[in-house]
Amino acid sequence: MKPAPFDYVRPSSVEEACRVLAEAGGGATVIAGGQTLMPLLALRMSQPFVLVDINGIAALKGVTRVEGGIRVGPATRQADALRDATLARHLPVFVTALGHVGHYQTRNRGTVGGSIALGEPAAEMPATAVALGARVEIASVRGTRTVPADEFYLGPYMTVLEPDELVTGVVYPDWPDGHLVLFREVAQRPGDFALVGLVGALVLEGGTVSRAGIGWFGMGPTPIRARQVEAALVGTALDRIDPQTMARLAIADTAPFDDHHASAEYRRTVGARIFARALAETLDLRSAA
Amino acid sequence: MSEHRIDLTVNGHRHSARVEARTGLGEFLRDTLGYTGTHLACEHGVCGACTVLVDGVAMRSCLMLAVQADGAELTTVEGLAAPDGTLHPVQQALKDNFGLQCGFCTPGVAMTLAAVTRDHEGPGLEEALTKAMSGHLCRCTGYQGIRRAIRQLAGASA
Repeated sequence: MKPAPFDYVRPSSVEEACRVLAEAGGGATVIAGGQTLMPLLALRMSQPFVLVDINGIAALKGVTRVEGGIRVGPATRQADALRDATLARHLPVFVTALGHVGHYQTRNRGTVGGSIALGEPAAEMPATAVALGARVEIASVRGTRTVPADEFYLGPYMTVLEPDELVTGVVYPDWPDGHLVLFREVAQRPGDFALVGLVGALVLEGGTVSRAGIGWFGMGPTPIRARQVEAALVGTALDRIDPQTMARLAIADTAPFDDHHASAEYRRTVGARIFARALAETLDLRSAA
Repeated sequence: MSEHRIDLTVNGHRHSARVEARTGLGEFLRDTLGYTGTHLACEHGVCGACTVLVDGVAMRSCLMLAVQADGAELTTVEGLAAPDGTLHPVQQALKDNFGLQCGFCTPGVAMTLAAVTRDHEGPGLEEALTKAMSGHLCRCTGYQGIRRAIRQLAGASA
């Protein structure tokens, strides 16, 4: 066995899970699907004293319509969310992004909330939550709170979650049926983390963009909301939108880095290119990049 | 360091055991129960060789703890063929098409192909099988044989 020793508990309620987390005094780690945590345990990059398995908590699973949005339980398997009729009908942008998470075998066990709580900056689910304006519901023995997704991430694998806190839900605000899906990612192989990726939703009313939510992944230490281009798009008529100009605005909010896969300059160049293409194709503009 | 008693079914056989919490499901299958058909290679979720069915769903057994399989019904590659030795269609297709070279990755590949073939409805089986193969590495790079096996499987069920 490769992980360092730990105790394992499988609470059956959110209250019990929060109690265990509080009693562990920062020494506990939550496991949901474990598709990223298990490697971290095997490599001993993560060495909790207590592993809190939330797979037995029914209240953390499933997709439900709530006032003004759709709530996804954090322990909902990615494969189950991909098959969910409510998400397919009302939030196709979420389903499109989810289809690019990991592989068939990891989506069968990995969870939506696990990906969101982990905060890998090149992952699709955190950026989707940020782009769509989702809210993250959090509980602990101290009470509950809700944090907007774009305030949830602090850095790579760093979030505002305190050690005694548990994500109990992710609520995506309603986007009108028929919203347009903006999605592109460049990865070395299917299923790999993206070198560069973008995800977003656009709403059109009478030939004008009336609402936009756009996020980047792999383009900085956290998922990044492309607020400048959102502001430029909203209120603009389709025939006045120049994809190249919008692409420059879109990457203005990013902060990519150099690593052994790609340079920051490469990411900016490719990011601008895929943004222009995605925008032109999604809006059916003639001047595609 | 907690220990847990677990009860589970593997290929229809019931097993009970005590496991240390940190024991991986793959190593438990191999080292404790002797189902050595499940192969462990990277042990951090990259290669797919350890894929088994957990309650019928294809998962990487290196990315689960044995204790998490308490109460589950598992199927390993040893459970694919019929009791009389007749190969599962996936095994037959791999055999017919030289869909394996050293064979190390094959148990995981077979479990994924079996699950996708069983679950897939409507057209597009070949594409679904091919996409699911992105979760497996064959370091002999024997992918063309696996692709031929996939085409045979897709053709057979079309």
